Amino acid sequence: MKQGIFEITANRPLTGTVFEMRLKGDTSAITAPGQFVNLRLDGFYLRRPISVCDLEGDELTLVYKTVGEGTSAMSRLKAGERLDVLSGLGNGYDMSCSGDEPLLIGGGVGVPPLYLLAKRLRAQGRPVTVILGFNTAGEVFYEDRFRELGCGVTVTTVDGSCGRRGFVTDTLPDSCSYVYTCGPEPMLKAVFRAVGASGQFSFEERMGCGFGACMGCSCKTVTGYKRICKDGPVLRKEEILWDD
Amino acid sequence: MGRLSVNLCGIPLDNPVIPASGTFGYGYEFAELYDINILGTFSFKGTTREARFGNPTPRIAECTAGMINAVGLQNPGVVRVISEELPRLGKCFHKPVMANVSGFSVEDYAYTCALLDREPQVGWFEVNVSCPNVHGGGMSFGTDPRAAAEVTKAVRRVTSKPVLVKLSPNVTDIVSIAKACVDAGADGISLINTLLGMRISLKTRRPVIANTMGGFSGPAIFPVALRMVYQVSKAVKVPVVGMGGVRSARDVVEMMLAGATAVEVGAENLVNPYACRDIINDLPSVMDEYHIETLESIIGGAH
Repeated sequence: MKQGIFEITANRPLTGTVFEMRLKGDTSAITAPGQFVNLRLDGFYLRRPISVCDLEGDELTLVYKTVGEGTSAMSRLKAGERLDVLSGLGNGYDMSCSGDEPLLIGGGVGVPPLYLLAKRLRAQGRPVTVILGFNTAGEVFYEDRFRELGCGVTVTTVDGSCGRRGFVTDTLPDSCSYVYTCGPEPMLKAVFRAVGASGQFSFEERMGCGFGACMGCSCKTVTGYKRICKDGPVLRKEEILWDD
Repeated sequence: MGRLSVNLCGIPLDNPVIPASGTFGYGYEFAELYDINILGTFSFKGTTREARFGNPTPRIAECTAGMINAVGLQNPGVVRVISEELPRLGKCFHKPVMANVSGFSVEDYAYTCALLDREPQVGWFEVNVSCPNVHGGGMSFGTDPRAAAEVTKAVRRVTSKPVLVKLSPNVTDIVSIAKACVDAGADGISLINTLLGMRISLKTRRPVIANTMGGFSGPAIFPVALRMVYQVSKAVKVPVVGMGGVRSARDVVEMMLAGATAVEVGAENLVNPYACRDIINDLPSVMDEYHIETLESIIGGAH
């Protein structure tokens, strides 16, 4: 983990509620795809945890959804403004488990952390299959970006207005070596049940600090209590305990 | 003795800055960021007799100038704290540490403190009386002078180390509770714990916190905390550790003028992990600005 000042180089909408922010700064603490950063915003007491979508040298890309006042304020920030960023938070995805045919499944604003993962897996020469799930056509983002990486991409929308109608689990390939996923909890649970292969699941929780100090985001797992922010956000399939 | 040093119940502190319990774990997360030996001491994560997962999530809600938490005293239990956490703590922190202890019965407190009393690194006990008393109808020990005194006496019997009682602000007369604890043998009083609060989501129309209510902390509570530190320190003859919304060296000086011998920093650690280091670094220049020779000399200066 590192604290640093990052300068915004771009901040633009991808859809009505999803924005892409690019920042320049010391990214050296970010060691794995699936990690997150925690941003301090003027006028808000707690930081905002946002997953790392892409990383290229000292440029960081964050894709985030405006879900409340903080992320709405974030969407109004302009290039040239500076942010206090805690970077390199969380464990991230372990790429060494991917096998030969990894499957990446993202739902909504759970798609962004899979982008850097897909990019790194492609750089290792692995064929990568990606399923991106959204509610409706107007919410779809990054489909082309994944295609440009050379991934096999399927988009699903609940209302059928783009790609295949239905949920991500309605279009699973016959086989895969390993699954990496991030998205709303009902989707994670459906993927957990529908995909036979082992995998890594990225979870979301309301956080206090984001670096393991406050115990605000704890969850129960097969291997004991874990902090989503520090021991997660990525949990291995074998250690997940669902609430119900 | 440096300009910043103070004496807390017979144990010297290099400076009065103490990360508050529940915001600093057992120290090692922060030791990755800076040398935590610059701290006066720190109060470790509230420890109970048995292991606790705590409350369901969400446990955190943001507020204007603060936050609400309902973590619910998650900790591995005193036996594992001693066997696993304290050895790890001892590797990165080499000063006496403040042991924050909670319980749900008088016996719980005594049991936990008796085990921790044998640990050489434990310098002080900070007894959190804000928990519900399961044998007393669930009312918090800290809202009843007699119950608070009973806990103090029970802890006093099992240790000769300094015992500070950490008081809840959610009471009508905090001074009477402080006095009851001092009469029962407390060597010091620390205050304030969090203020009971809640938030409701406009989207779901339900409380944000799964446990409905939680403890409000952060800069918004500083004036309330300062007032209570002032009242209690005027009324008792033992040292008072002040906390509540402290986030700067100026806040530390203000707390000390109100009567605090040492000052804890809580929520601020969670948004600025370097908060305590920054405060310690800033103290000398703030002291210069206000012509303060030594911090020890300003304790209760506003009385």
